[in-house]
Amino acid sequence: MATTTSREQRDALAREPEWKIRARRRTLLMKMGTTALAAALLAVFLMPMAYAFVTSAKTAEQASDPAAPILPSEPATFEYEGKEAPILLVPIDGETRELALVSPGRQQSEFVDPANPEAGTFVWEGNWRQLEPVRQSSWAWENYSEAWNFISFPRLLYWTLLYAFVTMVGAVGSSAFVAYGFSRFRFPGRSVLFIVLIGTIILPPAVVLIPRYTFFTAIDWTGTWLPLIVPLMFGNAYNVFLLRQYFMTIPREMEQAASVDGAGPLRTFLQVILPQAVPAVTAVSLFHFFFAWNDFFEPLIYLAGNRDIVPISVGLSFFSGTYEQNPNLIMAASFIALVIPLVIFFFSQRIFLSGIVVSGAEK
Amino acid sequence: MSFAEAIRESRSGPRVRRHKMSTTEKREAKLGLAFISPWLIGFSIFYLIPMIASLVISFFDFDLANPDEAAFNGLDNWKRMLFDDPNTWKSLWITVRFGLISLPIWMASAFLLAVLLNSLNLVGRNIFRTAFFAPSLVPFVASALIWGQVLNSQTGWVNRIIEWFGIPAVGLDGIRWLDDPTLIPVTFTFIGIWGIGNAILINLAGLQGIPTALHEAAQIDGAGWWRRLRSISLPMVTPVIFYNLVLGVVALLQYFLPPFVLNGTTGYPEGATNFFMIYFYQQAFDFSQMGYGAALAWLLFFFGLAVTILLFGTQKYWVYYAAGD
Repeated sequence: MATTTSREQRDALAREPEWKIRARRRTLLMKMGTTALAAALLAVFLMPMAYAFVTSAKTAEQASDPAAPILPSEPATFEYEGKEAPILLVPIDGETRELALVSPGRQQSEFVDPANPEAGTFVWEGNWRQLEPVRQSSWAWENYSEAWNFISFPRLLYWTLLYAFVTMVGAVGSSAFVAYGFSRFRFPGRSVLFIVLIGTIILPPAVVLIPRYTFFTAIDWTGTWLPLIVPLMFGNAYNVFLLRQYFMTIPREMEQAASVDGAGPLRTFLQVILPQAVPAVTAVSLFHFFFAWNDFFEPLIYLAGNRDIVPISVGLSFFSGTYEQNPNLIMAASFIALVIPLVIFFFSQRIFLSGIVVSGAEK
Repeated sequence: MSFAEAIRESRSGPRVRRHKMSTTEKREAKLGLAFISPWLIGFSIFYLIPMIASLVISFFDFDLANPDEAAFNGLDNWKRMLFDDPNTWKSLWITVRFGLISLPIWMASAFLLAVLLNSLNLVGRNIFRTAFFAPSLVPFVASALIWGQVLNSQTGWVNRIIEWFGIPAVGLDGIRWLDDPTLIPVTFTFIGIWGIGNAILINLAGLQGIPTALHEAAQIDGAGWWRRLRSISLPMVTPVIFYNLVLGVVALLQYFLPPFVLNGTTGYPEGATNFFMIYFYQQAFDFSQMGYGAALAWLLFFFGLAVTILLFGTQKYWVYYAAGD
């Protein structure tokens, strides 16, 4: 080393005190240690994802066989003279060779070497049943098409997206109005109403569920999407809260300027304030989208009589009930269901994550 | 805590005085009410009236299949629920016990992961943050199904990994996560661990809000890593932890999806997954006993309210709010 360093480098090293080098080395070690720890924890955290992926490409027998290898595989075979011969691990002359079993017998069997079939068959003495089969990797991708067709994924997707988008526009739009009202105008009872609004977050939905269900049954709405969509058109606490926090940060001068220009309050809100709040509105819309994608309890109850229009979440749970013996198909269906939310998240990370922080961090 | 803070601050500021409102003040009040009117209408129709109705229904014997035969039965539903039906308290206890086990684990994991993801020594912090958050966006049904299989005592990977450490786990006499009633709270804690993404991020924001001067001063005074974590980071994020705790308790009382997806209303094994909401669903929707269901819902409401008030009461003993409070 010393011979290859240039004179200047050597001088620089000589000038650098020992403690500094040690400190740098320590920092490097700390960095490696911390990152390795995080990577290990992440591996544990995401392990079920890998399990689901691997299982989704196995055959049903393999997926429910505790002794099956980790990765999807099937016994390897070799075609010899028009017949499929299983390839086994055969101990011969002190070494183990992979040979195809052409003609099995109780005391002795005929094998052929798949690497050299021209050499013809030869006899091996012993019980072939005690030989280990050779496995080759084999991914059963057809599970995906089977799951896709069985749960009628396009139909589930259609209803889920319809629900998500209709309620996204309705819930976020109405919440924006309400949030603006709470953030900018003084009126009697404002603080009490705001506390009531926040209080609805803590209220268990079960308390209002039975009268709502009774009412919706009475007007024949159960079995349709209306009981799920209509209540969301009036603003909800979480969205209002987040949007209000954001509106508070927009300077009032914006509105004053608009009103000088002769714009009424509605126009000011729609044309001046809302465009300013695009990041917050986007974040809230994304939250709502994920909420709708996940919504399970109410669709389960209100759509119980009409299985043809259930969303993905409910459809997936029905599927898992029917296909209990096929863990591979359940995993494939789960994977299909999780791809879209994850893809949307990866493209909208920054807005999404900052929105969550607004809701929980101290202002 | 942001909700509390928002409420406090909505009260402060120039108050609407008692005197007769001027014309501009009246106009402002009208506009404000107009803007919040969607919520006022929605709240009345979908919350206020149903709450009153729900209380009324709880005094009726009301089967939705035969609505005409609904009959007032006074306190019967309430008496049955509180004194005669062992499942009420059993299912509430199952829910509470699960919360006592899972919430501390979830919250501690979220805090510690946030500390790790906030470390300056972590290379590729943004990638790690995204990767730890992503599973919380896996649809809950899919996540319950995936965890249900990975915890399968025979074919799941959890037991296979445990076996690497020399502990027999795989098989019918191994660790039966989904079939052993005593393990159920732990099993469902695992099943929910992907849901801590939000809590991680909120903790992370809390940690980032700590003035660096505090850590620097402590370091000069010779405080080590652990000491600073315990005496600075942890107290400084207690408001965030409190916030997560309140939301966690609220969500927990409504715990329904994972046990329902895995076991329906069977309570398998041996009633261990008969959480309160599962029991409520069974009574109200499987058995169509709407009156009894309404009473159960109100019990849950009162219980949740009591716990929330209790939590807010403990705040002053352990939640640290920075100056200005």
